[in-house]
Amino acid sequence: MREVAIIGVGCTRFTELWETSFRDLFVEAGLSAIEDAGVEGETIDALYIGNMSAGRFIEQEHLASLIADYAGLASINTPSTRVEAACASGGLALRQAVLAVASGHHNIVIAGGGEKMTDVGTGDATDVLSAAADREWEGIMGATFPGLYAMIARLHMHRYHTTSEQLAQVAVKNHYNATMNPRAQYQREITVENVLTSPIVADPLHLLDCSPITDGAAAVILAPGEIARKYTDTPVYIKATAQASSTISLHDRRDITTLDATVAAARRAFEMAGVTPDEIDIAEVHDCFTIAEILAIEDIGFFKKGEGGRATEEGLTAIGGKIPVNTSGGLKACGHPVGATGIKQAVEVTEQLRGEAGKRQVDGAEIGLTQNVGGSGGTAIIHILQR
Amino acid sequence: MTVPRFWRKLKHRYNLLGTHCTTCETYYYPPRKICPKCRRRGEIEPHRFKGEGKLLTYTIIQNPPEKITAHAPYVLGIVELDEGPRLTSQIICSPEEAEIGMRVRSVFRKIGEESAEGMIYYGTKFVKL
Repeated sequence: MREVAIIGVGCTRFTELWETSFRDLFVEAGLSAIEDAGVEGETIDALYIGNMSAGRFIEQEHLASLIADYAGLASINTPSTRVEAACASGGLALRQAVLAVASGHHNIVIAGGGEKMTDVGTGDATDVLSAAADREWEGIMGATFPGLYAMIARLHMHRYHTTSEQLAQVAVKNHYNATMNPRAQYQREITVENVLTSPIVADPLHLLDCSPITDGAAAVILAPGEIARKYTDTPVYIKATAQASSTISLHDRRDITTLDATVAAARRAFEMAGVTPDEIDIAEVHDCFTIAEILAIEDIGFFKKGEGGRATEEGLTAIGGKIPVNTSGGLKACGHPVGATGIKQAVEVTEQLRGEAGKRQVDGAEIGLTQNVGGSGGTAIIHILQR
Repeated sequence: MTVPRFWRKLKHRYNLLGTHCTTCETYYYPPRKICPKCRRRGEIEPHRFKGEGKLLTYTIIQNPPEKITAHAPYVLGIVELDEGPRLTSQIICSPEEAEIGMRVRSVFRKIGEESAEGMIYYGTKFVKL
């Protein structure tokens, strides 16, 4: 297997983009990545498109052709593939692209991800997202996505004495980080009190424990490591790509408060990269709900099971802390256009490792990790990046 | 949602009918054709569950999905049946009554409907024992 490097990144604004169509979002992200890498369209060997549910959000399937077409690559017949793993679609598109380059089959590959979520109302969007869980045995029984994560949160609080204040601290930190990210949906600070006094969506989760509905797209360009410096002075190498599955239903998991898919993917990723959790300088993790960031930092191995809440409260995951988590603002404050998220995480880590993250820059970051989760934990994708 | 998907003749939608793997003595609900523990070595037989168990965790749903007929707030939980399998289901009790570890028993109830005059979905809910 060949070494693979990221040679270009691009990302749209993450917010409600009512003036922009799905295809425009993808083209904007893709073009900025192509410009960043300085590659010509003709040199791109393949596209991988991460998207959860354009079929229901904008009633459009066959995105592979659509995006290749509007990226100007249909005229030269560039192969294009749409990849889906619910909220982990972006991470999975990146992984497929990495494998295509690592195998030697392709050289220059673009991995993009995007979602246009505001063309339907909130009720419809919530129902589309519910399709990431088991429709026949969770959704139809009255479960919503916040409801599933709320059940994880309640058991975590019961077992480990995690508090609502500690969960709120995740949102407070991520909103603070987002004030320094010009792409973020919510570039304003909130307080623990704001979170705790926001309406309850699914007890014990409040509205401000939840990630929002967002439009956006992101893209990265990959090349074999050995030629990466032809395109950029600051290649970022993909030291590990790992993926793991678990049961689609939350209730069938070995342990309700552990995402075994994250545990397995992390173990595989650390083994592939030859590093330990202590050597990671920054991480972008899947905080679709505040409890999800607590689970992530425990299941990846940054903190022991049950200690994620306290670690957050003590500031260990803030910029300047032991392991800065979600410097972009995370899904919570940067926004969560589902299919874009996994790619946006790689964009953020790449910018951090290049030293281009502006006010939110983590000094001297050399190794970063991304963790992208599908559904309530049925899929987890982890990448480890190094400058 | 389509009518046949939830209305088709699946006995286990309306009864706690699952499977039992005699190789590893594990019980499954809903029924599985392959035992995840034994895979090809598994021997699957049908099993009817007694319908009693305990509440493992729960939430109180404030914003229900459109087709759910329960009025919010309602209690949604993960129930572990005494034989082992777990399922996500509504718990018929007030939010204040719900408690981790609470003993529950299954009941047959209406769960959702397509519309006021549309198809009705039935299934299992749980009440406090």
